[in-house]
Amino acid sequence: MSDTEVNTELESLDFIYDVHQTMRNKELNLVYEGQITQEITKSVLAMAERNMDTSGEETSVKKKVFNVMVECLQNICKHSDEVNDEHSASAIFIIGREKGSYIISTGNPVLKGKITDIETKLSDINKMDVGDLKTLYKSTLKNNKLSEKGGAGLGFIDIARRTGNKFTYDFSEINDQYSFFTLQVKINKD
Amino acid sequence: MDKLNLEGTEDTPTIVLDSENNHFEISGRSLPEDSAEFYQPVLDWLNIYAANPNPQTHFTFKMDYFNTASSKLLLDVLSKLEDLNGDGHDVKVLWFYQEDDPDMEDAGEEYQDLIEVPFELKTFSV
Repeated sequence: MSDTEVNTELESLDFIYDVHQTMRNKELNLVYEGQITQEITKSVLAMAERNMDTSGEETSVKKKVFNVMVECLQNICKHSDEVNDEHSASAIFIIGREKGSYIISTGNPVLKGKITDIETKLSDINKMDVGDLKTLYKSTLKNNKLSEKGGAGLGFIDIARRTGNKFTYDFSEINDQYSFFTLQVKINKD
Repeated sequence: MDKLNLEGTEDTPTIVLDSENNHFEISGRSLPEDSAEFYQPVLDWLNIYAANPNPQTHFTFKMDYFNTASSKLLLDVLSKLEDLNGDGHDVKVLWFYQEDDPDMEDAGEEYQDLIEVPFELKTFSV
């Protein structure tokens, strides 16, 4: 093997250190990229639970993080739209820390036609206080039928109730048909 | 009638529906991939039971956690109990929550508001 070849190979591995540094600096405990299924959801949950146990996290915070993770992951399972090209069904799920709080970030492709609906839902929920959210939760629970994909239409409302925080969200264009929907929510330490 | 006995897993609850021993209980974690499919046998069982129920039906819920899709199905289960009670049978819901778990306490209170059936909230410690 010549020196040049060794160098090229070494250079090509720089990204590992870069990713490691970024994860350290941004305190990203867990980053998952790919398709999100129920099996993946269970594995990610188990990993996050173990991480929180190891760091001696309080039970109440652990429960909140678990709760928000389930709703976020199952939202992606149920609502991610399959893009039939290089982005096919790929989603991202990240748990990070910031000054002791947990930050959960997700991203998944959605059909552009759904953007208005998602935006309206999230901006409505962001305007609500605890009392409004409780009322909306109860009325949705009582009156909504389960969707074909098995969603109760309660995920976002539940996350907002548990965290007491507002959603940050955005849509980046993938192509004519699809956008990448990104969502972030913070879970405070009590 | 046949009992329904499902052992809990990391994403599904333990279910005991046993009319012979007068034991009715759902406990543990509930976040199945398809909650409607998972709870269908429970609803089917209750439909058959309702035709010829025991003199007393005390139904225990002892949940650690359930996701929003399951919350809809738990309401369906509670609605069956409400119907049974409405038909003049002795029905009571015993909703247990861990002492330090305000989420499961709130959930119990919310169901209590939505369902017309005798409802008792109780704490348990692990």
